[in-house]
Amino acid sequence: MKHPIETAAEQIRATAAEATETLNLGGAWPAGLPLETVILLTLVVIAVIAVTVVAGIPIVLVLMERKVSAYFQNRLGPTRVGPWGLLVTLADGIKLLFKEDMVPPSSDRKLFRLAPYVVFAASFAVVAVIPPFQSTVIGNMDLGLFLYLAISSLIVLGIIMAGWASNSKYSLFGALRAAAQIVSYEIPLGLAVLMIVMATGTLNMQHLVMDQADGIHAWYMFRHPFLFIGAFIYFLSAVAEVNRTPFDLPEAESEIVAGYHTEYSGIRFAYFFLAEYANAFIVSAICATLFMGGWAAPFPFLSGVPGVVWFLGKTMFLVFIMMWLRWTLPRVRVDQLMSLCWKYFLPISFVNILGAGVLALLEREEIGAQLGGMFLSAEAVSWIAFPFVLALLGWFARWGTEPVRRPS
Amino acid sequence: MPAADTYFPILLLFVIAVVLAGVILLIARLITRFAIKPREGEAKYTVYESGVNPLGDARLRFSIKFYLVAMIFIIFDIEVVFFYPWAVVFRDMVKESPLILWEMLVFVAILALGYAYVWRKGGLDWD
Repeated sequence: MKHPIETAAEQIRATAAEATETLNLGGAWPAGLPLETVILLTLVVIAVIAVTVVAGIPIVLVLMERKVSAYFQNRLGPTRVGPWGLLVTLADGIKLLFKEDMVPPSSDRKLFRLAPYVVFAASFAVVAVIPPFQSTVIGNMDLGLFLYLAISSLIVLGIIMAGWASNSKYSLFGALRAAAQIVSYEIPLGLAVLMIVMATGTLNMQHLVMDQADGIHAWYMFRHPFLFIGAFIYFLSAVAEVNRTPFDLPEAESEIVAGYHTEYSGIRFAYFFLAEYANAFIVSAICATLFMGGWAAPFPFLSGVPGVVWFLGKTMFLVFIMMWLRWTLPRVRVDQLMSLCWKYFLPISFVNILGAGVLALLEREEIGAQLGGMFLSAEAVSWIAFPFVLALLGWFARWGTEPVRRPS
Repeated sequence: MPAADTYFPILLLFVIAVVLAGVILLIARLITRFAIKPREGEAKYTVYESGVNPLGDARLRFSIKFYLVAMIFIIFDIEVVFFYPWAVVFRDMVKESPLILWEMLVFVAILALGYAYVWRKGGLDWD
């Protein structure tokens, strides 16, 4: 069987040959090119486009963040640069470009220079595994999810490098906090992703989306309550992974100035900033792909709309929720952050995995409930039980505590 | 097409991201080299410490808790990695026999024991 990339490359070669012939660019010479060269060239072009698009996303997101925060606080936000302040991030970027590239003499120069590249490249390389639309090539990797987990954890290396190399106390504290936080939340995140793998038996993200393409009821988020909880755990862990409020302790400006990038200025600072927003987009995109059907339309009658619209819509919705959280919640304390991860998310994740396993077993045995002659599958029963169990747990959690007194 | 080529795009993205970052940095350096002369000054080159002169080296000893978190992370992260091959085959294997679930239950039970021990010893408390 031919690999889809080879088929695609053959088509591209034929098209290129036709184009050069009609445009009189020296005959149909691309037809004589070896297939490997065509594949390589195509991949380079795709990669350049991908990097440019992903580099453009933070520019949009920064504007969005400023506008969202402004409207949350009953302000107008940027209005001066361009219509409706649309060009304000570009202006910021140009300003940063004109700043001096400064390395503090007391820092570890090599590490200090290398760190932004690590963060930048690691957050951009993850893009390759995300399928933004139906395609046989992009995002179609058998180890996609695993690669996402592997490459995204490179970012923390860059952060530690930056904090250590700066030789500044704030940077060091920021880097240590970031390291502790990111590695801690990687576990509930990995376990939430694991539930998806259990449900599908594949790590290929394109296949994951295909499995959810039937409509909103097929989204993994709505398959059974354990996956529903898993989606929330994934999203909250992802918010902590990208250091956003309420988990922005590594950059808590009221405590440690700017955290690990205190000493960075100009374009190197911009790399951290870009990578941060690119990360926020990427984790949202992965959450949308894993739990909300990716590029698949929520209802079959809407399947005429291109997949990339759904993909971007779902991702932007999640990004908006991140911003909503940021401008609503105060920052948590370090001990709260750690206990949330280790004492709540981790046990809940394990219970989730076991619950998902037991449900799969019950489905296999076709054990369910008979209700007035109608057979309810184990998943349906679990959905019905879900609100009651939640209410019961909430009641238990409040057992013996004082009722909240509201001001009269 | 060999499997290695499937993952080649990731390497390519990695390289192109680094090249892009390098090119932008080069532009920035050229601008400050030829177009705008940055101002000189001694205070500019000191690290930031709330406006006062830095006191000593910043390579301080830091709290032992960070090491503890790192160690617990390594243990649990490896467990998660062990879970993955199991999870990939779970859907197909569970159709044949429920044994795959019970096996994992044993694994999780041992893990839970360790987890309870760490919790009880106060390894998860920050204060």
